Amino acid sequence: MSKIHVTTTINGDPAEFLCEAGDSLLDVLRDRLSLTGSKEGCGTGDCGACSVTVDGRLVCSCLVLGAEVEGRSVETIEGMAEGETLHPLQRKFIEHAALQCGICTPGILVAARSLLERNPDPTEEEVRYWLAGNLCRCTGYDKIIRAVLAAAAEMREAS
Amino acid sequence: MALDSKQDTNKRDFKIVGTRPPRPDGIDKVTGRARYGADMSAPGMLVGLVLRSPHAHARIKSIDTSRAEALTGVHAVVTRADFGDVEDGATADTLDNCMAGAKALYDGHAVAAVAATSDAVAKQALKLIEVEYEPLPHVTDVDEAMAPGAPVLHEGRTNETVPQGMSANVISRCQFGHGDIEAGLAKADRVLERTYRTEATHQGYIEPHACLASMGSDGQADLWCCTQGHYMVRNTCAAILGLEQGKLRVTASEIGGGFGGKTTVFLEPVALMLSKKAGRPVKMVMTRSEVLRATGPTASSSIDVRIGMTKDGRITAGFAELRYQGGAYPGSPVDMGAMSAFAPYDLENVRTIGWDVVTNRPRQAAYRAPGAPIAAFAVESAIDELAKGFGLDPLEVRLKNAAREGTRASYGPTYRAIGLEATLRTAKDHPHWTAPLGPNQGRGVACGFWFNFGGDTCVSLNITPDGTVTLTEGNPDIGGSRASMSMMAAEELGIPYDKVRTVIADTGSLGQNEVTDGSRVTFAVGLATIEAARAAKREMCRRAAKVWGIDEDAVVWEDGAAKPSGPNAGEFPPMKLEEIAAIASNTGGPIAGHFEVNAEGAGVSFATHMVDTEVDPETGAVKVLRYTVFQDAGKAVHPDYVEGQFQGGAAQGIGWALNEEYVYGEDGTLQNPGFLDYRIPVASDLPMIDTVILEIPNPGHPYGVRGVGETSIVPPLAAVANSVSDASGVRLADLPLSPPKVLAAIRSR
Repeated sequence: MSKIHVTTTINGDPAEFLCEAGDSLLDVLRDRLSLTGSKEGCGTGDCGACSVTVDGRLVCSCLVLGAEVEGRSVETIEGMAEGETLHPLQRKFIEHAALQCGICTPGILVAARSLLERNPDPTEEEVRYWLAGNLCRCTGYDKIIRAVLAAAAEMREAS
Repeated sequence: MALDSKQDTNKRDFKIVGTRPPRPDGIDKVTGRARYGADMSAPGMLVGLVLRSPHAHARIKSIDTSRAEALTGVHAVVTRADFGDVEDGATADTLDNCMAGAKALYDGHAVAAVAATSDAVAKQALKLIEVEYEPLPHVTDVDEAMAPGAPVLHEGRTNETVPQGMSANVISRCQFGHGDIEAGLAKADRVLERTYRTEATHQGYIEPHACLASMGSDGQADLWCCTQGHYMVRNTCAAILGLEQGKLRVTASEIGGGFGGKTTVFLEPVALMLSKKAGRPVKMVMTRSEVLRATGPTASSSIDVRIGMTKDGRITAGFAELRYQGGAYPGSPVDMGAMSAFAPYDLENVRTIGWDVVTNRPRQAAYRAPGAPIAAFAVESAIDELAKGFGLDPLEVRLKNAAREGTRASYGPTYRAIGLEATLRTAKDHPHWTAPLGPNQGRGVACGFWFNFGGDTCVSLNITPDGTVTLTEGNPDIGGSRASMSMMAAEELGIPYDKVRTVIADTGSLGQNEVTDGSRVTFAVGLATIEAARAAKREMCRRAAKVWGIDEDAVVWEDGAAKPSGPNAGEFPPMKLEEIAAIASNTGGPIAGHFEVNAEGAGVSFATHMVDTEVDPETGAVKVLRYTVFQDAGKAVHPDYVEGQFQGGAAQGIGWALNEEYVYGEDGTLQNPGFLDYRIPVASDLPMIDTVILEIPNPGHPYGVRGVGETSIVPPLAAVANSVSDASGVRLADLPLSPPKVLAAIRSR
């Protein structure tokens, strides 16, 4: 079977790739485009480690086909910082020690940014429910929630 | 140079230890740059996949790989026939677990593997491998496996501690304790007898096992993998493949969680063998289903407890008989369960008996304080029930019986300075203890103990020509240890934290290092780091003495500089580290300190946990409302990451108590091999987890450090169960406390 040619935008840059019909977007990102920041923890949409946005919508990239992003705009963890400048969420995660092993961190950061774009002033409960699709086994979530709330506060002040 | 090598914690003002600087690997880990097990690739690499048994127990009559080998794109197929014999029993079991021999012993047991040019070709090849199985009767429950007549996994593995007439699935018996149980029970006002059961849980690291192997025909090999101990991987793979250890270089990737589950090998020997046969690098990555079916969950158990207590709360005797199944091979952590069950208490009469049992389940792997949470669940539940029965304060009862410095531990040794009493008193004084509770809400407490370990450790500290420092150590950074090591090195050298960079070396760069386990890294690698820094300081003092033309004993190290002392004090201005480094070539050559040790003196650690829950009387669902951890850290090097360990252990324990369990069907296959049905706690399940760090210095570490990683998972199972009992008025003795079980108990109240 012939491969599918896909033209898309990833983190603002034009990108082209060939993929099999069955390749997930996560496979494409990791194996064809060398963007290994998105992680595969389950492959079934249960852990959120592969979270990216497609046209601004938060998705598990393991549940999206690579061929589906034709003409779309994909944002991954690799596009979160602007050059040397970390996104406030990234900075707050370091300041608050909101990661231990760090494997869930890219997905959680992408998901949290997506929340703050919709709701710049979330409550603790709103953060907890928004991130309920992102599993972390190390932290018990405490410092993650604090880091997201702190980043939200800083971003509100800056805007 | 004069150095106080004794512990100086109490009199010392730390400048860096105890602060909260950013971790050095932080930016890599928030930008996606950090490379984990599955993030590496090599030119020409093949994809390796494993064929797994669909049967819980089956004789492998034949394996025909010819059709798979003939498939275009397949470069190697491996079965057990490719591996030679391994003499050492535990390593032979590891090989058998990585690739089944005569029998498949559990659902998911590896029976063959392929390496092919793509995932699709490899999957197709797996379907072409023809395995002829003869299914055998199976057993997955610990009590059923011990019964005479149970299906037997292995003949002839039972050791001399097991009485005759028991099932061959019973591998060994252990016993600990002192005093006279019956005499102690006779003095009690009440003797409580209960049987508790816990189901197996998985460590649940988010990163599946992954590796990339490259092996040449000359026997030299390189291996990249996610592991808690790449030296262990090297030694184990070398033994299994018949390689010399020095020929196999293993590099540890960043590790996406381990919790004990990455202290052994699963894919690595197979990947090396595939690479050897194919003559190309081979990458293998497990699926989540493979992780749950075929890598280490912890033991499941049934435990009988008898405890006698006087009406004023003194425990007169404690007895527990623990039965743990550790999956298809010997080695459940029942010995550590039996040792730790009553470890928090000062008891005149105490005895524990442990039985190690095999069943048709995946081989257990260590899980954070292996064996201890299960035992603590039983004992702490029983103590709580007795205290409640007498109308006594459960914290007071624990204080009344608490082990202290000088107490003879239930497992033998006499305790040095320990912090249990401090955790209990702090808990009693904490506002959480007296906060009001609403309807259907309850509060529970429990204590926990863990031994902590030290072990073989090797560290090299190099002073660069510009005066910055590279610290090379051999233990994967699983939760911030690079930061802790840099902090201890900077503290000892008297230089800023950001002048030290800590690097995790491959196995070719340092001597043997024990696995990142036993809560050992901050203790043992920290100790070695401090000693390596002291060695470098001695050398730098020697260099300064040489420049100054004075005796080296007349030079001291203070605030990052060599200073003349004694009769020469003030004679020369202090020579800073970077000044000494800059002229090192002219004073004798490069400057480094190193230290190698089998670290002893890891201080035991204790915690008390307090948890509020609300039980929904209509559904049986349990909500955790408030949680506070009180734990002795000896000395918290980086308090953020100490708190993180406390919080993470509590969260895992909450999952074990409420949600997580291995569910086996009638056919012996695992029914819930995914994160949807094997449900670990998510953010909306938990409250903030408050922490109180106590610091009772460990006399065995220069800064007083104790390991903190494991103790925090020991109390929560019982603390949650005690809280649910307080909230609902019913006491459950089987974990997990899933809604159907809780609801049934409430309805039969």
